[in-house]
Amino acid sequence: MQEHDLSFVRVEMALAQSAPASERGLGAWIRKNLIASTGDTILTIIGIVLVAMILPQLISWAFINAQWTGADRTFCATAAQGGVQPDGWSGACWAFVNAKFGQFMFGRYPIDERWRPILVAILFVALLVPLLIPKVPRKGLNAILFFGALPIFAFILLVGGVFGLPHVETPLWGGLLVTLTLSFVGIAVSLPLGIVLALGRRSKMPIVKMLCVIFIETVRGIPLITVLFMASVMLPLFLPAGVSFDKFLRALIGVSLFAAAYMAEVVRGGLQAIPKGQYEGADSLGLGYWQKMGLIVLPQALKLVIPGIVNTFIGMFKDTSLVSIISMFDLLGVVKQNFNDPHWATPQTARSGLVFAAFVFWLFCFGMSRYSMFTERRLDTGHKR
Amino acid sequence: MASQEILREEPSRGSFINDPKVRGIVFQAVVVIVLVALVWWIVQNTIDNLTRLRIASGFGFLRGRAGFDISDSAIAYSSDSTYGRAIVVGFVNTLIVAAAGIVTATIIGFILGVGRLSHNWLIRKICMVYVEVFRNIPPLLVIFFWYSGVLSVLPPPRESINLPFSSFLNQRGFYFPRAVWGEGSWLILVALLLGIAMAWFVARKARQRQMATGQQFPVFWTSAALIIGLPLLAYALSGFPLSFDYPKQSTFNLTGGFQVKPEFLSLYLALSFYTAAFIAEIVRAGIMGVNKGQTEAAGALGLRPGSILRLVVIPQAMRIVIPPLTSQYLNLTKNSSLAIAIGYPDLTATTGTVLNQTGQAIECVLIMMVVYLALSLLTSAVMNVVNARMALVER
Repeated sequence: MQEHDLSFVRVEMALAQSAPASERGLGAWIRKNLIASTGDTILTIIGIVLVAMILPQLISWAFINAQWTGADRTFCATAAQGGVQPDGWSGACWAFVNAKFGQFMFGRYPIDERWRPILVAILFVALLVPLLIPKVPRKGLNAILFFGALPIFAFILLVGGVFGLPHVETPLWGGLLVTLTLSFVGIAVSLPLGIVLALGRRSKMPIVKMLCVIFIETVRGIPLITVLFMASVMLPLFLPAGVSFDKFLRALIGVSLFAAAYMAEVVRGGLQAIPKGQYEGADSLGLGYWQKMGLIVLPQALKLVIPGIVNTFIGMFKDTSLVSIISMFDLLGVVKQNFNDPHWATPQTARSGLVFAAFVFWLFCFGMSRYSMFTERRLDTGHKR
Repeated sequence: MASQEILREEPSRGSFINDPKVRGIVFQAVVVIVLVALVWWIVQNTIDNLTRLRIASGFGFLRGRAGFDISDSAIAYSSDSTYGRAIVVGFVNTLIVAAAGIVTATIIGFILGVGRLSHNWLIRKICMVYVEVFRNIPPLLVIFFWYSGVLSVLPPPRESINLPFSSFLNQRGFYFPRAVWGEGSWLILVALLLGIAMAWFVARKARQRQMATGQQFPVFWTSAALIIGLPLLAYALSGFPLSFDYPKQSTFNLTGGFQVKPEFLSLYLALSFYTAAFIAEIVRAGIMGVNKGQTEAAGALGLRPGSILRLVVIPQAMRIVIPPLTSQYLNLTKNSSLAIAIGYPDLTATTGTVLNQTGQAIECVLIMMVVYLALSLLTSAVMNVVNARMALVER
């Protein structure tokens, strides 16, 4: 005897429906991200006003009103200033950047010899790109070429004086060439030196430890300009009479030592983050100090502090612009020197030159920071929380 | 047991060369010897060079007449003042620009940092663009941009831009009315100090009462009334001694008022804008570092969003924020030495001029190093105190 069963069992799934209209599409996105509440709406209005104030002006200055070609200052000056532009005109003077581009890149490097820095730059890129792409094999050989052979080759090629290449004195160097050379050498010197200083600071030998602490804390406590001053004024006093350093070399030493102190603190942070068990484990395997550090501790520690290391690199890359204060002409120094050129002096020249230099610096720094994020994700083996 | 006896013996070392202790001592001895030799060599060279260049060492030169003018000085200075005075002027200027920059950078940085975490897409993106642009440009370039790109192409004094509150902006800087304190205005200062002291006392009492009884007291409004009201009262009682010296336009220049030179303005703006980008990142990291569960738990306890932020999130975020914030403050102070590039007479610039005039390289560089080191140590000491007060109290 079976009563009629009132319960209902669904045997087939209901068809999936698309999300309600209020939850999808542009309208929902705007509602969620721009006008979620009264306060939010006010913020959005403020934001729109800000963007509307800045962006059209910026675009018209940099592109629409900009003067792209021209031979001298008249092309970038208004009629009142003795130029061809209508009064009240405001636009970037890219003609100035265009005319001075060679100088911005190489400084006063002789024009007939400019193929040398260009060749070095091509080799630099050709060796750097495969080094940066993780999938490309033969990293060891690549690194040896990049950090070992390239500097020697670049030195011979850039300085010259051998193999029939005319000698180019460093005071003639300038522009991006100086910026990149200083940064490359600074990076190549400061990382190993920083690691040694960090190890010294954590060493059990009291004298070594004390010396490292004094060096690191002193350098970190003073501005780079003071260090550069010291390198340019005091170093000649410290050396025997008659012995003199190249100014470029002095700046190199100053920048490298300065960056090394910051690098040491970054590396120390990584060393401290490695659990004690790793050190003890290495000891119990019978490894010596350098084996322990080189095979067990440093590979882990350096991986942890990649962001810090790259930040230090970026900081140093930006700091190389300070050498313009001790009258060396890096990219910023050359730009600054050129906007006082009477052939080009207009109210727009300085802005245009500086925006160009800012763009170049920005490209390099932004590239470095993005690459460090990529490496960080790639090397992340899940130790971090 | 044979094996146990072997264990009890001193572990045999191949030779004392492999003993880490011996090695350490030998290594350190070598380091010390090399270092002493190097220092001795440097000192010898320096003495030789100094006698050859006929430069007397010592700090006696500081009492000599400076003979150069300083464009911007907060304390009395003329070209007849001593070298020592010139360096002090530079030091005061460094302090002024660093303090002003730190305050402004902190305010902009906090706004940007919170903005980057906003629910509002547009605000988030604007803040992100700001941070990514300024973080990746050298500070010196930002300074040049303000100085050569913006301020020096402003109109000449005759065509000054009028701003509210009778202030003016032109090539020579920013002019605004200067307050002239008449007789009896010391009363206002006393009243202000009294107001601050009373507000502090009220806050303390209110806290104690809340701890004891749970009753709340409107501390904020009372303090505001005390700090603003008392000086106002004193102002009225002492017969309104405050008047303003307004900048006036004459034929070629502006006279009167208070002038902020373009050098100071560009350095101050550049340092604030540049450092703000870094502070924004620190603030963002700090707020993101507070576990979401904290916010949810506070909400479950019935706190309002404002109170959650003020009582739960910010105190915990500050703990993460303060150490890196300290180093940003130090960076700003050190970056203020870039003043030399645009001719603002800060410590580095004036000491550099003294160095060029006297040739006392070692003493001058030493003065710079000691002063900056002292400033760094002082800033970190202050921030350490703040940090200690903010630190997690573990029971």
